[in-house]
Amino acid sequence: MRKDGALPLTAMRWMIVSEWRTYPSRTLIAVLAIAIGVALGLAVHLINGSALSEFDHAIQTVSGDADLQVHTTSAAGFGESLYPKLARVPGIAKVSPVVELNARAEGHAAITVLGLDVLSAALVTPRLLGRRSDGRHDPNDFFSGEDIYLSSAAMHASGKRVGQWIDIASMGHSFSFRIVGDLPGIPAGQPIGVIDIAVAQWRFGQLGKLQRLDLRLAANADRAQVLSAISARLPLGAEMVTRHSEEQRSDGLSRAYRVNLDMLALMALLTGGFLVYSAQSLSVARRRPQFALIRVLGLERRGLVTQVFLEALVVGVLGSLVGLVLGVGLAAAALHLLGSDLGGGYFTGGTPHLSFAPGAAAAFGVLGIAASIVGSLLPARDAARSQPALALKNLGDTIDPRVTPRIRIALIFLLLGAAGSFAPAVNGLPIFGYLSMALLLAGGIAIMPWLARTLLSLFMRRRITNVSLALATQRLWGAPSQAAMALSGIVASTSLMIAMAVMVVSFRGSVEAWLYQVLPADLYLSLDDNGTSGGFDAATQAKMRHVDGVAWMGFMKETPLRLAPDKPAVWLIARTIGGPAGQLPLLHGSLVAPPNDIPVWVSEPAEGIYGIHQGDHLTLPIAGVTPHVFVAGIWRDYGRQQGSIVMDSDTYTRLTGDASRSIVSVALKAGSAPDTVLDRLRAVIPASLVAHLSVSRSQEIRAKGIAAFDRSFAITYLLEAIPILVGLVGVAATVSAQTLARIKEFGMLRHIGVLRRQIVVMLIAEGALLGAMGGIAGIGLGVAMSQILIRVVNPQSFHWTMDTRIPWLLFAIVIIALVVAAGGTALFAGRRALSTDAVRAVREDW
Amino acid sequence: MLTVKSLRKAVPGGRVLFQDLNLTVDKGQFVAITGESGVGKSTLLNVLAGLDSADAGSVAIDGVAMESLQDDALTRLRRDRIGFVFQAFHVLPHLDLAHNVALPLVLQGVAAEESLARSAAMLEAIGLGGRGSDYPRQLSGGELQRVAIARALIHRPALILADEPTGNLDPDTAAKVMSLFVEQVRHAGASVLLVTHSPVSAAVADRVLHLTRDGLIGHA
Repeated sequence: MRKDGALPLTAMRWMIVSEWRTYPSRTLIAVLAIAIGVALGLAVHLINGSALSEFDHAIQTVSGDADLQVHTTSAAGFGESLYPKLARVPGIAKVSPVVELNARAEGHAAITVLGLDVLSAALVTPRLLGRRSDGRHDPNDFFSGEDIYLSSAAMHASGKRVGQWIDIASMGHSFSFRIVGDLPGIPAGQPIGVIDIAVAQWRFGQLGKLQRLDLRLAANADRAQVLSAISARLPLGAEMVTRHSEEQRSDGLSRAYRVNLDMLALMALLTGGFLVYSAQSLSVARRRPQFALIRVLGLERRGLVTQVFLEALVVGVLGSLVGLVLGVGLAAAALHLLGSDLGGGYFTGGTPHLSFAPGAAAAFGVLGIAASIVGSLLPARDAARSQPALALKNLGDTIDPRVTPRIRIALIFLLLGAAGSFAPAVNGLPIFGYLSMALLLAGGIAIMPWLARTLLSLFMRRRITNVSLALATQRLWGAPSQAAMALSGIVASTSLMIAMAVMVVSFRGSVEAWLYQVLPADLYLSLDDNGTSGGFDAATQAKMRHVDGVAWMGFMKETPLRLAPDKPAVWLIARTIGGPAGQLPLLHGSLVAPPNDIPVWVSEPAEGIYGIHQGDHLTLPIAGVTPHVFVAGIWRDYGRQQGSIVMDSDTYTRLTGDASRSIVSVALKAGSAPDTVLDRLRAVIPASLVAHLSVSRSQEIRAKGIAAFDRSFAITYLLEAIPILVGLVGVAATVSAQTLARIKEFGMLRHIGVLRRQIVVMLIAEGALLGAMGGIAGIGLGVAMSQILIRVVNPQSFHWTMDTRIPWLLFAIVIIALVVAAGGTALFAGRRALSTDAVRAVREDW
Repeated sequence: MLTVKSLRKAVPGGRVLFQDLNLTVDKGQFVAITGESGVGKSTLLNVLAGLDSADAGSVAIDGVAMESLQDDALTRLRRDRIGFVFQAFHVLPHLDLAHNVALPLVLQGVAAEESLARSAAMLEAIGLGGRGSDYPRQLSGGELQRVAIARALIHRPALILADEPTGNLDPDTAAKVMSLFVEQVRHAGASVLLVTHSPVSAAVADRVLHLTRDGLIGHA
């Protein structure tokens, strides 16, 4: 005999197993929905983790084993006099000076060239030292003037081997080196070359300059005291970098992108949760009389709740297990096919290896189970609340059709969602933005019974003469809770998809418009590596301006500028301001700078990352000078996510003494042939630069820009598509289940003279109506949620704004797809249901 | 066994189904309640089973006052002391006959093997021996009701509540099923409260009462 309080587990097992055995496909769909959500979530997380770990590894590689580093804040470097100053700081055991150059090997392969003092590096960063192929180990023989050590990735990229000669170009200089050995301490995928520091300074115009100092602390040094002492000695243009700040910088650059991918993956999981809800609701509704019977036979209320929970738990566990396996496979495949940033353009270098994260796998597994259990909360409550005596009569819908559904809870969710959208970012992440979307989604689902009733009222007021249509509208009207159940799955998946689609279309449209604004010229000339191959000097610029066929010309230079050690470097852009070549896509117009202040224009990302606002005053650490500047305006820049600051070209030259420019925009006079003008330009450009010249037409750059956008959003399209597919499968499963559950009703209709064909038309009409209502509601909710993505999530994550664009065609396609999916499924399921003969159908017990 | 005192029940809207209803059913006694459709016969059964509540009065089974029990305790009372037979059979379509009949036993916590063994014996007793692995859709109406009777008796309840158990059957089958039902409950020594509008069915009872708005007419 069972003790009071103990649950009849055998009875529950019998009920659950018999249900699954009878409807295996429904259970399978619910399991798959959870599995897909978990798989996507884990895959994206593993890919991000692998990419970050590879990126951190790369930083560590280039840094060697230094305890601390001093970095230049711009490409110009800092004076080498800092080296002896820091070497004398108490607590510092050894300092290794480094010249660090972005370079091209053999004119095409991008590599980082490090100029090292071998004696110092041996003590501070021994991992950066090479291994001679001739086996000599005497430090004095380590470098001759033409020797270079290359990592395996650098050799692979340049197509060179030990013993061969290689051309290295950087900072406008080019020199041939003999490859004397490899760099065994540099892992695969990192293209690095190491030469003697003096050769680096001499051959690449860096005499008296350094880009980096690697520091080794004394064994008993007080780290804080040493850091403070170094800070006090740092000149302008140099900053202290710790591994932590480097990691923060790399993390900060891509974190929002990664979080957004995670969120997209969680949307798939959310859709899976709704699918479980939909499946469980239908299952509970169908089994209400059966539940009533076992309640009558002696199962307590909580026994029923436990049974529904157990079903969801098993679905969740199975879905999570399958999802975890799928996720690992998906991550491995995506890393192989798309690279570590899934097309986002954040990480460069070799293909990272998949690093499994047991903690994350466990977390996503638990999330999958939780989604399944949460999805069964309401159905379980429904099952428990049901009155056995009434349920045994199987009187139909749980909601009285005469009662207007309540909307108070839905309105509370919607209002809270709207309020959440005004909250600021949390630690740089749009947590409240996503919460707001979730609340809007919950509100949108909760308002469905009311909305369905309101929309159906439009039909009910009309006198419908067609029997099938009349039956269809009256059925949906008379079974509001079943209509709401079917609609919830449709609305959840549709709204999430529409929200993402509106955001992406808006973003793409804004990027396209921006590309037209920032590319007003006909031709664009640039030098590879943004100046490492030299630039167009003032004399060349003057000659280029006077080439026949040129209407106007703009010159530009971009250099990295570090404003904070824990944040990515911004781009300082020196360019013509004003005139046809100098138009910036300003967001709120431009202020006039106070007298003696230098005006600069800050990009949206820089505004967001550094909290710089229009009208602010700043001090910029540019190559040994610290000009005080005035932020005259904020401009839209989708091209540089880490931020950019525009300064007038002449002002930049006056401040830095650097008049060279690396990018040229050329507008042609009417009737001028581009190729002819280009030939004339090449004739006035020094031959050493012509070799590195790359020419693009504005339309080509725009096309490339849009292609890059599409590439970086490819993964988001995929992540969007999967919830839609899951949602459509859910719609089909829901409609099919509801249809098959009505065999008795169809038998009755056939008995009273309704033709088989009329019942089929009725079912198609019901499905189509559900699809259309779900589509309309989903699109409305999706547009509302898209505004959170556009106005909250994107500005808080990436610090850029965009103008909303509505994809009307997509809306039409979505509604048609939903109508076809729901109507088509109803047709197939209806035919199957009608295959039962009418006499047997009315005798169906349940 | 069953004692009902001054029971009153009205439907939502105020229409009184019955009031001042008194009834006593002794151990092993077979009582039939007749009445017109809509008079409240099924509602009375639901109230006696604790599935519906009365507006006034009391119901006691073996001296246990039902109105003093919470939902879980009422469920346990039904599980241990009451068996049900419905007009619409209510046999679970996804369980085979053996599992359907054994369900009350496993709900009581009896081991699955023992439950199924007793179920097989019960099926044998009602003439469906060897058909334990059949599913309800393979059975006729009369056979389904025999399964329902087996399920009502398998856990040896003290009281059987039967609601028009032959209402869905043709007269010949109804007679056979009723005969089997009487034989089984007599064999089990259970008390029976049968509600029916069929005089033929009521004729097998020890006592026949007629339900009216003012209570039961006959010897309560």
